[in-house]
Formats: sequence, C-alpha cells, structure tokens
Amino acid sequence: MDKKLFIGNGAVARGLWEAGCRFISSYPGTPSTEITEVAAEYPEIYAEWAPNEKVAVESAIGASLAGARAFSAMKHVGLNVAADPVFTVSYSGVNGGLVIAVADDQGMHSSQNEQDSRNYAKASKIPMLEPADSADCRAFAMAAYEISEKFDTPVFLRLTTRVAHSQGLVECGERSEPACKGFDKNPRKYVMNPGNAKARRVVVAEREKALDEFVETTPLNRVEYFDKKIGVIAAGVAYEYAREAFGERASYLKLGIVYPLPSALIREFAANVDELIIVEELDGFIEQHVRALGVKCRGKELFTYIGEYSANMLRERVLGEKPEAAAPAAAPARPPVLCPGCPHRGVFYVLHKLGVNVCGDIGCYTLGAADPLTAMDTTICMGASIGIAHGMDKIDSSLSRKTVAVIGDSTFMHSGLTGLLNVVYNGSTATVMILDNSITAMTGHQQNPATALTLKGDPAPALDLAGVCRALGVKRVREVDPFDLAAVESALKEELAAEEPSVIVAKRPCALLKTVERKPPLVIDAAKCVKCKQCLKLGCPAISLAAESMVIDHTLCTGCGLCEKVCKPGAIVRR
Amino acid sequence: MYNVIIAGVGGQGSLLASRIFGNVFLSLGYDVKVSEVHGMSQRGGSVITYVRAGERVASPLVSDGECDLLLALEELEALRWAHTLKKGGKLVASSQRIAPMPVITGAASYPTHEQVTAEIEKVTSDYLFLPAEELAEQAGIARASNVALIGGVSAKLDIDEKVWLDALHATVPQRFLEANLKAFELGRNYK
Repeated sequence: MDKKLFIGNGAVARGLWEAGCRFISSYPGTPSTEITEVAAEYPEIYAEWAPNEKVAVESAIGASLAGARAFSAMKHVGLNVAADPVFTVSYSGVNGGLVIAVADDQGMHSSQNEQDSRNYAKASKIPMLEPADSADCRAFAMAAYEISEKFDTPVFLRLTTRVAHSQGLVECGERSEPACKGFDKNPRKYVMNPGNAKARRVVVAEREKALDEFVETTPLNRVEYFDKKIGVIAAGVAYEYAREAFGERASYLKLGIVYPLPSALIREFAANVDELIIVEELDGFIEQHVRALGVKCRGKELFTYIGEYSANMLRERVLGEKPEAAAPAAAPARPPVLCPGCPHRGVFYVLHKLGVNVCGDIGCYTLGAADPLTAMDTTICMGASIGIAHGMDKIDSSLSRKTVAVIGDSTFMHSGLTGLLNVVYNGSTATVMILDNSITAMTGHQQNPATALTLKGDPAPALDLAGVCRALGVKRVREVDPFDLAAVESALKEELAAEEPSVIVAKRPCALLKTVERKPPLVIDAAKCVKCKQCLKLGCPAISLAAESMVIDHTLCTGCGLCEKVCKPGAIVRR
Repeated sequence: MYNVIIAGVGGQGSLLASRIFGNVFLSLGYDVKVSEVHGMSQRGGSVITYVRAGERVASPLVSDGECDLLLALEELEALRWAHTLKKGGKLVASSQRIAPMPVITGAASYPTHEQVTAEIEKVTSDYLFLPAEELAEQAGIARASNVALIGGVSAKLDIDEKVWLDALHATVPQRFLEANLKAFELGRNYK
C-alpha cells in the first residue's frame, strides 16, 4: 500500500479509525486539536467537542463502559482538568478500550507552562505510549487499544509538539470493527466507593506487575545496535534528535512505552554499551528510573530540563562537535499579535485607556497583555480570571472598582461558570467581561456550546451566555459591541462602579471566520495626518508609520474601522 | 538530505507552502518530514516550518547551518532566519515588508533592504528577492504570494516542472487552483 504524508495528529486519528474506535470526546488544545478534528471526518467515529477535558474524559469512560473503543485528546494542561476521572478510571478499568492522548508542549509554543505528562502516568498507574513520528502515531494508537483491553486499563498516548505537528510517511491499513461489547453492568468494578476501590487498588497493583513483564518483551520498545561506545535511551522526538545527531555512531534503546519502564531491558542495554546517555526533554523521568536501578548514566548533567532539544545541541554536548552555522543577525522581534479586525482589540484599547487591573484568561485575547495594548495583569489557567478577581476583591474591596476579569466564550464555558457562581454565592462585586467571538479561536476555530453547531457540523442548541449568567444569579448582565468603543467604555465604567457582580458580554465574531465580511481597507489622508500616533496605540499590525504619514497595509486591513474612531484629525478614511 | 525552511509571518500561508514541498519530495521518492506550527504563533508572529527529504529522515527539524533552501515570505523573516542556511545555500524571499509590533510601536526600526542583503551576503550570495505580493495580485489572488515564491524556487532547482504542478494540484483547493497556477508561473518566470 502507498505511503502518505500525515501530521502526527492526523496519523493518530487514522490509527483510531483503523482500531475501530467509535467514540471521541475532547476539548481543543494546541498541540492536540487536530486528532479530534481529523477523526471527526471518519463517518464511523462519533466525535464531539466537550465543554472541557474533564467532561470529555468522563464521556469517553461512559462510551467505554457501554462497550465501545473510546478516546479523548487534550493538551498537557487539559490533563490537569481531566485528572480527577483519570486517576479513578485507572482503578475501575475499562470495558471497550479507552485511550487518552495528551500532547505536551515543550518550548511553550502555545502554552502557559511546560509540564511533563509522563509524571501523570506514574502517578495514576496508567501505561503510557510515546510515538516518535507519524508512522508510530498510527501504530501506537492501535497498540494502545490492545493494551487497554488486554490489561483492563486506560492507556495514555503521549505526544509532543514536534510529533503532533510534524508530517511523516504513514502506511495505512483498513478499519477493523471490533463488536461493541454492550454495557458492562458491574457495580463492584465501576462504583468506586471505598469498599470497592480497596479491592480494585489490589487489582491495579497486580496489573502493574503484569505490565512490568509486558514492557520487557513488547516490540514497542526496540534496541538498535550500531557503535557500542555510546548507548542512548530515548523516546519520542528525543529519539529522532539522537538518531539525527549520532546516526550509527551510537546504539539506541528506543522506548515506545515510557511508563512502566523495562528495567531488565535497560540493564541489558546498559551492559552492552560503554557509556549510557539518557536523552529526554523536560523532566529526568527515565533517568531517575535508570539511576534507581543502580545503572550509571548521564542525562540532565549534559542537557537541560527546559525547552526543546535539537540534534545540534546533542552533537555539541555529547561529541563536542560545534555546528558550522552563522550567528543569527540582529532583527526586531515579531511576537504574535491580535489580528487586524480582531474584535478583542477595542476592548483592550479601552481597558488600557481606563488604566484598570485586568485578570486575563487563556485564548487569543491573552495577546491583550502585549505592547502596545498592555492591558492584562494576570493569566494563570483556563477560567482563572474570575476566581482571581474574586479573591482580590475579598482582600481589598476597593480593588473591585478598578479590576475586570476578562474571559473568552469557550473558556467561560470550560471553567468560568463555577468561578462566576462563586462570585455570586460568596458576594464579591467582580466585573466580568466575556469576550464572545462565537468560536474557539486560538486553537483554530472549533465549535463550542454557544456556536449552535457540533463538531460534526450538525445544528445544536446555542447556550445563551447572558442568560446563563443571569441564571447563576448575576443581576447586572449587558451586551456590548466591542467595535463601539464609547459603549464599551461607558459599560465598563458603570459596571465597575456597581456594588454587585456584573457581566458584560462583548459580542462580535472572530475576524478570521469565513462568515465575517471583510470590508474595503481604510486609507490615510496624508494631508490630514498629524502623526499623533494615536492609531498605533490600537496595536493593529496593518497600521505603521512611514516617512510622511501613517500607512495602512491594504492586504492586512479588514476595514473594521476602529482606527477611524480613534483618529481625532479624521485622517483615516474609507475610500 | 535536502533541508528547506519556510519562514514567514503567521497567516501568510507557510503551511500550504510546506505541504507543496512535502508533496514534491514525496513524488521524487524520498522519505519526508514536515514540521508545522500551530496555535498562538500563527497570530501574526514569526513562524518557521521545516521540510526535510532524504533516504531516511530522523529529526523533523533543520539544524542551524544545515538549511539548503530558505523560502522567506517576508523580508525581515529572511534576515531573521538567514543564519540557518549552510554556506552558499539558496534564499528565495518576498520583498514584502510587514512591520512587526516593536517597529509599529517605535521600539525598534525595520532594517533597510541594503542592511538585510548585507547580512544575507555573509552567508550566501545565492539569493533572490521577488515582488511576490505583486505577482500574486497579477495572478488575481493576493494570498498566493507563497505560491509565486515557490514558482521562483522551482526555477532554481533541478526538478521537473510537472512535479511542482502535480503538487499544486494535490494541495491547493480547487476553487483557488487556477489563480495559484498562474502565480506559480509568474514566479517561475520572474527575472
């Protein structure tokens, strides 16, 4: 069969389909999103976006108990949200196979932290597979189901950015269609009250022993002997970096399963090479295990716990070979920015102008923290904006009059609802602004419970964001158009002054949505432009200062007209 | 091993460009890896995409100093990533200049074309700047400057034109295909 190019996430989706997966529930998160998007294109797979990762995993558990092969994907921080059901489904085990993909983002390309999800595997006693390229992604997704059903356990599939988002060649097969087993009505296995859980805890310990034996012989772990002066133990993309750096000048133990680790295999490999080197990004997860075995090795003393590795770095640190590369030229940085026409821009322009404190959240709008808008003081995790504003109010109630929690529509539904409930219940006067751009934007435009469409494109009831805030007990709820700067400003002033919780829903769809009409670009009337630079304070990438006056890049401008509103001399005009 | 880096500004179409290269190398019978960028950097940030082809490709990333061909969709990005080229590697770049936010806010200034080329010449003399944006607009689709540049690249590489055209057919959505083919030709024939 022909080989085709698949991004890692697409290859996971292919593997799920071939393995007969029937059910997927996920919440989008870079770099995991495309697994679910691609899998949703297979008609045999039911796939959905859940409001958050915890709900997604719980739904996948339900599908597994109903007898189907089930799946959920999330980014590393999503696993924090889903950790509660994950730790206990480890005890109850599965009926249909259950695979949970978690995508780590070392280097923080699109994340607020870099955490090493392998620690979750160990902590929850759930086996974890780690593919190194797209072909592995497909094969390991399929192997994960075999392991899940054979050992009665959920299985983690760990990806990292460079595996999830790299394309590589994949040889595909056909779908197998394992029969749906039907609901496993077995309360002693699935009702995890203390009595039953104590019994299951023992089962988990026995399962761990069985898996310890399995990993010693599974072909998912592979030894490749070349020159034996250096022996490398690595998994995932770190293995590829090592292969690139050392080629046949080293031997390799390529781990396909990173939890549990094969102790006997590691000892044997170590005995066959002169020097053992552990190549792993982030934590010294494998290295700690190897050292605990009493096996001598080098790892983090050569490398780093931080960010991504590269072949050049390995060559330099291990072989002492300096790369022949020019030094980077000095060039102005190009950080990400809010897009031209972005509905968030006007909100942050006004927040900056008012000089208030802003508790931010996770999404495109986190870019409101950047120059020149600089209108954000905190960003911690999904949904944190509201809780943080509440806590600040409780310590210093005067802060409420100058603090706004800003949260996106999808993030609000993900984990802002309970924060707002707390504001109402425990009586702070927080002002919450929901930036409703009618899509989950940062991760590449996924539908959500407020967009009236499902992942499969079917119509769905749309959550009324203002209505749900009222139902939670917020009496002051209003909507504004974020392009109407005067309305945003007056709404903020009034709600900040109010001695009770309030919510402002700033409603306008993402400028990148295909349904949003692009208006003709605006132009600068050079005769009127006094170069006051007020328009530059919007931080719009389409406007810059040329020699004579401001200029608007007609290829970037979407005609949103915000700049026209802030230009006092009236020098920005529609052609 | 043949190493390509595509550098651009998030939203400019690096992904499509990388998929065209991936298809070209695949049809030539090589093992191929393409490393894409998704998420926050796509929002107007500096974005680089790697394409590697050879007998067996291990790392999906191109190491500094090992890039054979740098395709830059924007002038400042050509400067920023020129150091990834091996000595004498090829650079094909758009002369489009998009001011990054530090330039817009006045915290930095955009280098002149002469400053850019002076830096590039420290690494290679084999470079070409194309008015890719104009060529794309001539072709009737402003967003096809990536494909116009690939046309420029195709003139510099010893790969049959049909291979490039097949890759365009395989990757460009049908409704934009005709304009993209035209942009490719304009880039390929640009002198």
